This record gives sequence, structure tokens and C-alpha cells, in this order.
Amino acid sequence: MNGDLVVIGNGMVGQRFVDALRARDPHGRWRVTVLAEEGRPAYDRVRLSAFFDGVDADALNLHTPHDGVRLRLGEPATAIDRDRRVVSTATAEHRYDALVLATGSYPFVPPVPGADLPGVFVYRTLDDLAAIREYARGRRVGAVIGGGLLGLEAANALRLLGLSTDVVEFAPRLMPVQVDPAGGAMLRRYVEELGVRTHLGVATTAIRPGPDGAVAALELSDGGAVDAELVVVAAGIRPRDELARAAGLPLGPRGGVLVDATCRSADERIWAVGECAAVDGTCHGLVAPGYATAEVVADRLVGGAATFPGADTATKLKLLGVDVASFGDAHGVTPGCLDVTFTDPATRVYAKLVLSDDASTLLGGVLVGDASAYPTLRASVGGPLPAAPLALLAPDGGGADAGALPASAQVCSCNAVTRGDVDAAIAGGCADVPALKACTRAGTSCGSCVPMLKQLLDAAGVAQSTALCEHFDVSRRELFDIVRVRGIRTFSRLVAEHGRGRGCDICKPVVASILASLGAGHVLDGERASLQDTNDHFLANLQRDGSYSVVPRIPGGEITPEKLIVIGEVARDFQLYTKITGGQRIDLFGARVEQLPQIWRRLVDAGFESGHAYGKALRTVKSCVGETWCRYGVQDSVGLAVALELRYRGLRAPHKIKSAVSGCARECAEARSKDFGVIATETGWNLYVGGNGGFRPRHADLFATDLSTEALIPLIDRFLMYYIRTADRLQRTAAWIEAMDGGLDHLRAVIVDDSLGLCADLDAAMARHVGSYSDEWRDVLNDPERLRRFTSFVNAPDVPDPSITFALERGQPVPARGGMVTARDERGGREREPAEAGRRRQPVTLGLPEVRR
Amino acid sequence: MNATLAWTPVCRLDRLEPDRGVAALVDGVQVALFRTADGLFAIDNQDPVSGAYVLSRGIVGSRGEVPTVASPLHKQVYDLRTGHCLDLPGVAVARHAVRCRDGLVEVRLRQED
Ligand code: SRM
Ligand SMILES: Cc1cc2nc3c(=O)[nH]c(=O)nc-3n(C[C@H](O)[C@H](O)[C@H](O)COP(=O)(O)OP(=O)(O)OC[C@H]3O[C@@H](n4cnc5c(N)ncnc54)[C@H](O)[C@@H]3O)c2cc1C
Ligand code: SF4
Ligand code: FES
Repeated sequence: MNGDLVVIGNGMVGQRFVDALRARDPHGRWRVTVLAEEGRPAYDRVRLSAFFDGVDADALNLHTPHDGVRLRLGEPATAIDRDRRVVSTATAEHRYDALVLATGSYPFVPPVPGADLPGVFVYRTLDDLAAIREYARGRRVGAVIGGGLLGLEAANALRLLGLSTDVVEFAPRLMPVQVDPAGGAMLRRYVEELGVRTHLGVATTAIRPGPDGAVAALELSDGGAVDAELVVVAAGIRPRDELARAAGLPLGPRGGVLVDATCRSADERIWAVGECAAVDGTCHGLVAPGYATAEVVADRLVGGAATFPGADTATKLKLLGVDVASFGDAHGVTPGCLDVTFTDPATRVYAKLVLSDDASTLLGGVLVGDASAYPTLRASVGGPLPAAPLALLAPDGGGADAGALPASAQVCSCNAVTRGDVDAAIAGGCADVPALKACTRAGTSCGSCVPMLKQLLDAAGVAQSTALCEHFDVSRRELFDIVRVRGIRTFSRLVAEHGRGRGCDICKPVVASILASLGAGHVLDGERASLQDTNDHFLANLQRDGSYSVVPRIPGGEITPEKLIVIGEVARDFQLYTKITGGQRIDLFGARVEQLPQIWRRLVDAGFESGHAYGKALRTVKSCVGETWCRYGVQDSVGLAVALELRYRGLRAPHKIKSAVSGCARECAEARSKDFGVIATETGWNLYVGGNGGFRPRHADLFATDLSTEALIPLIDRFLMYYIRTADRLQRTAAWIEAMDGGLDHLRAVIVDDSLGLCADLDAAMARHVGSYSDEWRDVLNDPERLRRFTSFVNAPDVPDPSITFALERGQPVPARGGMVTARDERGGREREPAEAGRRRQPVTLGLPEVRR
Repeated sequence: MNATLAWTPVCRLDRLEPDRGVAALVDGVQVALFRTADGLFAIDNQDPVSGAYVLSRGIVGSRGEVPTVASPLHKQVYDLRTGHCLDLPGVAVARHAVRCRDGLVEVRLRQED
């Protein structure tokens, strides 16, 4: 088979079909034309809502160009002439030897009066979402018609846009397709707690305009009404079969292009894939079965014999922060089947298992509130139960133990990894979850199988300890609570009462940091001096040659010429290598310990203070020049950056904290690569959290939008304090959020909705920090006791360390190399090359171009 | 090389903070001195891995029953009693003799091996 192939529709499945065909038809026997109605190529509709989390359209792109495939964007098909084998569009006719329909679905809008008013939207395309976002600006109340999967996604989107939201659902429960009545009731409690009001078992009878002609309210069948300045209709989808219908092709009982298990229609040259196809009469509204149809048709077109394998309708989602999963025969329609249910109003968990009549085989189930058992259960559908039903359902009972799964069970459905694959990786030496992720790709997509990876490690006898080190059996987070609640202020008491031994380079700095976060005074006072890493001990950064670097704070990167001159003079007088850092300030390298106080005396006198480059603490708040100068700026980004840096300076944390403020969406300050980033909008600030540069870069997530400065500050306060209390040692905010149960939604619940009742506490802790801040370096200079440690040799304080010597590179001092090995040889020590010598340092010997004057 | 057999007074004991080292210069050799609950220890100040003279600035602690110091550069841990590195087999740092007389800390360089 070969010739001209026309594909109508470039959605998720249409694109997958073209990819699959190209993979099977390397010689291009089919010349392909794709007609697309939307103006942009295929994108990830499943992740559409991520658009409101700040993910831009490009990040959702699914399209890859192929040779021999013409994509005609914005050129919808208008008719199919089956006799002439021609598809027409407004501008052209396209002849075909084979035709594939991939037109998807359209959102069903119930025929109620007012459905066409301005302010009424559907939720299907990127254009829809962009229009919703635009229209939501400055509006306060919204409503969603439809309480299914899509409706709840839309409700969350409205919430993120700052609208108070009502959901109207005709069925007596939320998500009627996926969950049963008891699960729906549990889901409703969660949703209402987030401030989304639900109206169940009622229909919308009319959409009413306000005086300006735009939508203003919904009228309900129970006589009630709901105010709404913006309405999203998410009342279901219908297959787009209009072209097929007009061309006289048979349709399925509920619409859709009727095809058989080979996905071929009644016309042997016409095929249908994705949501518009009624395979043996049934349309599937999920992407996985759609992809299966794409593979079938691609295979058939190159002469294969594939047939549709049947659809797996299992779903697991997180909707408004609530885990919901449904799999197999979730509604228990198999004759004679048995239900086992579990409801716990306290932990708000609901679970149901559907078993065969002899209770031996798992048929399906529903989970709400805690879907941790989903991967195990789903992998067990059709087979024997891996444990007693109640053990499987009890939350955290560890009952759904992956250890009982057969080797063939799929552990990670996103990446098709079986238990056998995971076990093999463990046998091959993977000893923790990160290693398993790297080696098998399991757990790298939606992350829902990560708990199961832990269980499989356990089952293989690989211990997963949360102990901080050999001296403390607890994690950093638990240690923080112990110190806070017990009011312990010394390491010696803490290790005597809650640990063992003398401590080490892991637990001591952790405890020092916890004490500092709790505001226990100067980091060098009393016993605490002995806990600090050398950087905190000398309030400077240790360099490879034993010298230190000095970084004065330059808040927001803003600096007066006078201060710049002082830095220049200090650097010149102490002969320090000088470099502009990546954090918008200036680093002075090559200071010996005994020079540090002299250098800081000069800096402090000129109005500088510690930049905490040495601490696990706030580093810099970068800024762009913003509205003050920039022609695009819409807010005072420098002003805010300075204020934030001064507010959080000196705040000790599990790891360093970085921030930035950009004056507009062009984002010159790179705020989205920071632990917390702020980007100006026309009316305020957008707050992003959990960004990271460094080893594993991560874009920050949009946390809240259009905040006033007054509303912004408390959110950052709580974010930082909650991080400080609960993160692991050396865990940046990015990793902290990724590891958090419930992720960003949980974080939002804690610090916006105060779900744990912690906010007052967090606010008070930050107020204490801000109120008690004082410059560490000034405090040292004023105290002879503290100054005493800044000596080269205890018995020869006037002798500078002779091992620190410099060479000149590009006109500046840099550590001299090679001298250290000889120094050791002369003293007759064992000859050992320093490990660094084995490293191959690439000489940079290119001549420097001369600057013409 | 010539081992010094004499004891060199270095500083008063109270100049050594518990669990925090200092560097001393003894006959041109940089020595790291530590005062811990287990007593006084003296080792070479040079980190054998990096070559930098920094061991006196490491964090003091214990591993099992062993009193230790961790290099501040790359955190290899050394047994303060023997100088052996507990993380890298075969690596060790020279140790020296140290004692306290009449409130004065004294060091005697030791020729290793
Ligand atoms: C000086 C500077 C490089 C420069 O010449 O520009 C620098 C130097 C060091 N960085 Fe950095 N980083 C510097 C900006 C950055 C940036 C860019 C930024 O902040 O905009 C990043 C990526 C952004 C980020 O952190 O998300 C960065 C990512 C790292 C990382 C990796 C962090 C991660 O999460 O993966 C480390 C390692 C660590 O902290 O564990 C690190 C660690 C270090 C240390 C502290 C390594 C060490 O322990 O000796 C370096 C010593 C600083 C010193 O002696 O003063 N540095 N480092 C920059 C100081 C900025 C400042 O003014 O404070
Ligand atoms: C917000 C949202 C969340 C979702 N979440 C999930 C989920 O979690 N899990 C899941 O499995 N599924 C989910 N879905 C459903 C999933 O997106 C669809 O199953 C999938 O996109 C179907 O792919 P398709 O190619 O059949 O249709 P589509 O992706 O809709 O593509 C059809 C394309 O054809 C175009 N078209 C139509 N008529 C013509 C014409 N005459 N000429 C040219 N082009 C035409 C349309 O404009 C469209 O671009 C979600 C959908 C939405 C909207
Ligand atoms: S982010 Fe915007 S305001 Fe700031 S400098 Fe760039 S363009 Fe100007
Ligand atoms: S199941 Fe999604 S990442 Fe494993």
C-alpha cells in the first residue's frame, strides 16, 4: 500500500499516528498531508491545565516535523468527497488514497439560554485557556458547569486565577464516571474545603447576563442561583463526526465514526483514530486508548495485522490536591462481584475494592484521598490479591506491599517498567530511589510509583534509613521539632539526650543551622562555634589553597559608586583576586584568616555587611533594573529585591536560598530559576517557588498571582519558615517540594489556607528573625573574644601561613600551583601526589587579544 | 628529615576551645592541635588529599569509638589517634606528640614510619 495519505486533525492522537507511521514507513511510501484546524501544531492536551501553572505553550508541544509530511495549520477540512477521493478545505482540495480521521471531540454545551453570552467558555484548547485567563483579569467570581474530571480541573484553574468558584453538577456526585457515591462524597469534602462550592444533582437552567450584556449568574433547576462573571462549561465531550456524517459514513450508537477492531470504517480507504472513533461502537475519551488506535492504523497501512487491544480506563489523578484513582471494574458491574470498602472520615480516605464472587480475584477499585495503593492494585487487576483486602486498604498500613507482586506486574505505568525490571536493577546495585529512577526510568514521570519503588527496595532487604548520621536516628525534620519543642539550646545536651557519640561533620552543622534558624544568638557563641563548618566558623568561604573569599552583601545588585570604590580599594590594598559573581555581587578571593577582620573592618565602616556567601542561608535576591529605567518594566523590581534581601538576610536554612525579582514577564532576573522568584504583572506580583539552577535545574512553579506587596510578603515568610522546619539536610526547595506528599497543592494548603494551623507560628518565627537580625561581621569586630579565632598560628599570630602563595593570571593573584607537593617531600613525608594532581587541568594558553586604544 | 626530640611549648591550654582545632607552627612544621573529651591530639595541618594546610579547621567528632576530624575541604575523616583516614584506605596524616604541662600545651614533632 502506498500513495497519498491525508490526516484530518493534528491533536494528540493525530500526531502520534503520524509519528508511528513514519517509524514504520522509513522509505516514505506514503506521502502525508495533515490538515489542522488549530493554529498551532499538536500539544499535550492532557497537561493543558499546566498552562495556568505558568507552563508555556512551547513546553506542551508534541509536534515533531518529519520528511514527507506536510502540516497545514489553520486549514480545517470542510468536506470529504468519497467518490472522487478528495478532501476539501476553504482554499484547496487534497486527493487521497487513504484518509485518517483524527478530529477528536468537541465540548458539549447544554442547550440552555445564554450559553453564547460573552464570558462563557469551554475548556479544550490552548486558545480556550488563554481566553479564560484574559477574561478573568479583574473578575472575582466564576462557575463551572460540570463536576467531572474536566470540570474539577477547570475549577482549579479558576481558583488559581484568583476567582471564587462554584461547581454545578447534574449527577448526584462529583466525577460520576470514575468514582462511586461514597468516593464522590469524600471528594466533595476535600473540594469544599478548598473553598470551591459544589451544587450536586441540579441542572443549570439558564445563564443570565448582567447589565453590560456579559454573563452574570447561573440559574439552577432547584430554584437557586449562582453569581458568576465567568463560566466554564465542562459538561462532557462529543465526538467530532460531522465530516463523516456528511460523507454518509455509518456512525456509532452515541456518535463517532463507526470502525471495527482494525479502526477501518465502512469505506475501506477511510480510518478513524482517537476520540472521534467509535471502535466497535464505543468512543474512548482518554489518550491511552487513542494512542492504541493510532498504532493499529499505522501498522495496517504498512500491511500489518494489528487490532485494537481493548481500552484500559484506569486513571489516577490529583485534582485540587486530592488523589483520586479508579481502575478496572470500578463500579462493580461484573455479575456476582463483591465490594470491600474502607472509609475513614478522620484521615479522609475512602477506598473500595471490587472482587470476584469467590473473593479471590481483584476486578477493580476506587481510591480517594490516598492513592498510594494504586500502582500495586492496578498491577494486580485480574490476578490474585497481593494481601488481605483490609490490609491493602488501610492507609499507610503498608498493606499494599509491592513485595507480593509477581515479576510481570507493571510497577511504573508511565514508563512501562515491571517489578522484574526493578528487581534486576536492585540486584545490579541500585540502593535507593534516585538510583532506581536513573537506571530504570521508573518514577520519573508522574511519580506515583515512587512509594512502590521504596517497598521493592525494602522487599529486597535494602535498608532505607532516614537517620541523619550514626549519631542521630532521626531525620533533620524530626531533630528540628525536638530542638524547638524541648527548647534545647546546646549540641551536647541534644546528643546526650537524643543521640549518641560526639557528633560529626554531618550532624554538627545541621544542629548549628537549626539553632540559628530558631534564633539562638551569634553563630560563634559558646559551644556553637565548634559545630560550624569552616565557612561559618570564619564567616568566609574556604578555597582550594586554604585561603578564604569575602563577599559583602549588595542587596538586589544595586550599589553606589562610593561603595564600589571602597570594594576596589580593599581589593587593591589586600591584593585580592576580584570577580563579579553569578549572584550580582563581588567576590574577593585569596584572603588569609588573619586578614579577614582587617578586611571586614574596612568594609563594615563603609556600610557593608556580611553577604552570607558562606552560610546555608539566604544568598542574593537578584533583580533586573525594572520599571525605574526599563521601558518594559511594570513594577519596581529593584526596590522589591532590596526589601526582600534585607528582610531575609541571615536566615539560616537546610540549604542555601536564592531569589530574584523581574520587572516584567521578559524575566531578565531569571526569577524562575530561584527558590522563590517574583515577576511583576500590571497589577502586582506573581510568586514562583521551587526553582533551582545548579546540578539539576528546575523551573519554579507558579504559586500565586497578582499579589499586592502586602499579600506577597506573608506568603514568602511562611514558605521559607515551613521549608526551614521540614526540609532535609542539604535539600533545596526544589527537591523539598518534589518530595512533599501532595506537592504544590499541599504547600498551598499549608501556607495559604492554613490547613495545619501553622501559619500564626510561622509568621511569628519570621517576625522574630526579622526583628533580631544583626550583622554577624559587625558583631565579631566588636568582640575581642570572637576576634581571637582569626589567627594564623596559635603560637605565631604574626606569621602568615607560608603555604598560601600566589601567581599572576590576567593581572590578578591566583593560587600558585605545584608548590604544595614539594613542601611535603622536603619534610620527608611519604610521597603521595595530592589527588588533584591526577586531574587533568586544561591549560588555557590562547593568546589574549589586545585591546586597541 | 630530623625529628625534633624536644618538647616545644605552644600555648596555654585554655587557648584551645573544646572540639575545635588551632594551627601551630613548630620548627617550621604546621601542626593541627585539638582538644576533645578524649584528650589532646596533634596531627599535621596539611590535608594529604588536597595538599592544603587546613586540617586544624575541620569538624571534630567521633565515628564509633574513634575520635575524628573531618577535612574541611572534601570531608574525608581521620582518626585523631592514629592519623589514618577512615574513608580512603592507605591515606594517612602524620601525627605528633602532644601533652599538657602546668597549663601549657607542648608538642613534639614525630618522625613517622
Ligand atoms: C562565587 C560563585 C561563582 C561566581 O564566581 O560567580 C559561586 C561559587 C561557589 N558556589 Fe555557586 N557560586 C555562585 C553562584 C551560583 C549560582 C548562580 C546564582 O546564584 O545565580 C548557582 C546556580 C543557581 C542555584 O544555586 O540554583 C550556583 C550553584 C551552586 C551549587 C549547586 C546548587 C544546587 O542546588 O545544585 C553549589 C554546590 C552546593 O551548594 O552544594 C555551589 C557552591 C558554590 C561554592 C560555595 C562551592 C564551595 O563550597 O566552595 C563556591 C564558593 C564560593 C566562594 O568561595 O565565594 N554553587 N552557584 C557565585 C556566587 C554568587 C553569590 O554572589 O553569592
Ligand atoms: C483539560 C483536559 C484534561 C485531560 N486530561 C486527561 C487525562 O488526564 N488523561 C487522559 O487520558 N485524557 C485526558 N484528556 C483527554 C485527552 O486530551 C484526549 O483523549 C486526547 O487529546 C484525544 O486526542 P485526539 O487526537 O483524538 O483529539 P484532540 O487532541 O482533541 O485533537 C483533535 C484535533 O483535530 C482538530 N480538528 C477537528 N476537526 C477538524 C477538521 N475538520 N479539520 C482539521 N482539524 C480538525 C481539532 O482542532 C484538534 O486539534 C484531557 C482533555 C482535556 C481537555
Ligand atoms: S525583566 Fe522586563 S523590566 Fe526587567 S529589565 Fe528585563 S525587560 Fe526590563
Ligand atoms: S507510574 Fe508515573 S512515573 Fe511511574
